[in-house]
Amino acid sequence: MIALFLRDVKLGLRAGGGALVGILFFLAVIAVVPFGVGPDLNLLARIGPAILWIGALLAGLLGLDRLFQADREDGALDVLLVHAPGFNLALAVLVKCLAHWTAAILPLVVASPLLGLFMNMTPQGIGATALTLLVGTPAIAFIGAVGAAVAVALPRGGLLVSVVILPLVIPVLIFGVSAAYAAVNDPDPFLPPFLILAALTLFFAVIGPAAAALALHHGSD
Amino acid sequence: MRLVVETLSGERGGETIFAGVSFALGAGEALLVTGPNGAGKTTLMRVIAGLLPAATGTIRFEGGGEAFPDVASALHFLGPVNAMKAALTVRENLEFWQSLAGPRHFQVCDAMDLVDLRRTADLPFGYLSTGQKRRIAIARLYLNYRPLWLLDEPTSGLDADSTAALAHFMREHLGDGGMIVASTHLPLGLDDAQTLEMGG
Repeated sequence: MIALFLRDVKLGLRAGGGALVGILFFLAVIAVVPFGVGPDLNLLARIGPAILWIGALLAGLLGLDRLFQADREDGALDVLLVHAPGFNLALAVLVKCLAHWTAAILPLVVASPLLGLFMNMTPQGIGATALTLLVGTPAIAFIGAVGAAVAVALPRGGLLVSVVILPLVIPVLIFGVSAAYAAVNDPDPFLPPFLILAALTLFFAVIGPAAAALALHHGSD
Repeated sequence: MRLVVETLSGERGGETIFAGVSFALGAGEALLVTGPNGAGKTTLMRVIAGLLPAATGTIRFEGGGEAFPDVASALHFLGPVNAMKAALTVRENLEFWQSLAGPRHFQVCDAMDLVDLRRTADLPFGYLSTGQKRRIAIARLYLNYRPLWLLDEPTSGLDADSTAALAHFMREHLGDGGMIVASTHLPLGLDDAQTLEMGG
């Protein structure tokens, strides 16, 4: 399992892995917003957490469709499936999701404080947003695995995967952004939405890999 | 150890590709699956490997003991593509598969020696020629011991020397009490193998 994790992280970071593309896309989205919204610093600070979350969400969706497709094209998925009984497939999917998160989404979380400065956010708001991103974004990878597994046989599945999983990611977005807002706006409680966000991640960590493994078993041809 | 396949049929998209395939392989025996394109050779291999559900019939692996309780745990599957990552080096690819498939058999270096490609160990797999890629994929069979080799067109991309080397590997594997099911268009140099003619 550790070998699978290390291999996927290595593949994600090496040429063609697409981890850098995600950060560049995130940077592009966030950098464009102040130009579109205008130089109203208060407004930027207010919408900052939401924009960071939306940017991270969209950047996180990039490359998700390749999660299993690359393995399918070079035959590695077949060999993984053959070894699956001794090597539980749902566990393998979980490991692949964690590797994808580490290589492609964790850099977004790390970059988010810097991009928060573009949005004129307070240090507290930046910290809270980075924390909610850290806790919430794994859910994007777990939900995305289901879409990636369902669309594994489709050659142009990229956009389809994003559209299919977007409704499921909405709750993560809602609670992530509301926790980040609550940290800045005083009367709102921070802990309840944050704990729900953590619960969502844990919930999808179980459901997502199991559903994706089922889809991969039936989608193999 | 025995692989027993009884009245197996396979289908794709609701259409029956083959039906009524039965055979039994004991230790040291091989089966060559032949037939024209589209006869269902690959489908048969994938059904045996458990990658496709069997429409009817059973596949059993008997006498494997604790190490190999079922078919999937006893087999190595070499598909038409090589299951290696172009961006990783040959050594990284082989080490990955070795760590995944249970107890070790050959060291990675020794397996590369076997196919005479040790000098490519630190090259990205994508830099290798078609035949060299295939030989590395064959080296994977040696990393972990599995009694049953399922080889789907194993000679594709191999030159005459490598095909002869592959025949030698297969005879050796059979001599050690292994089993081979291979789909092929070409004679593989296994003299006393059973044959299964698909289609036609």
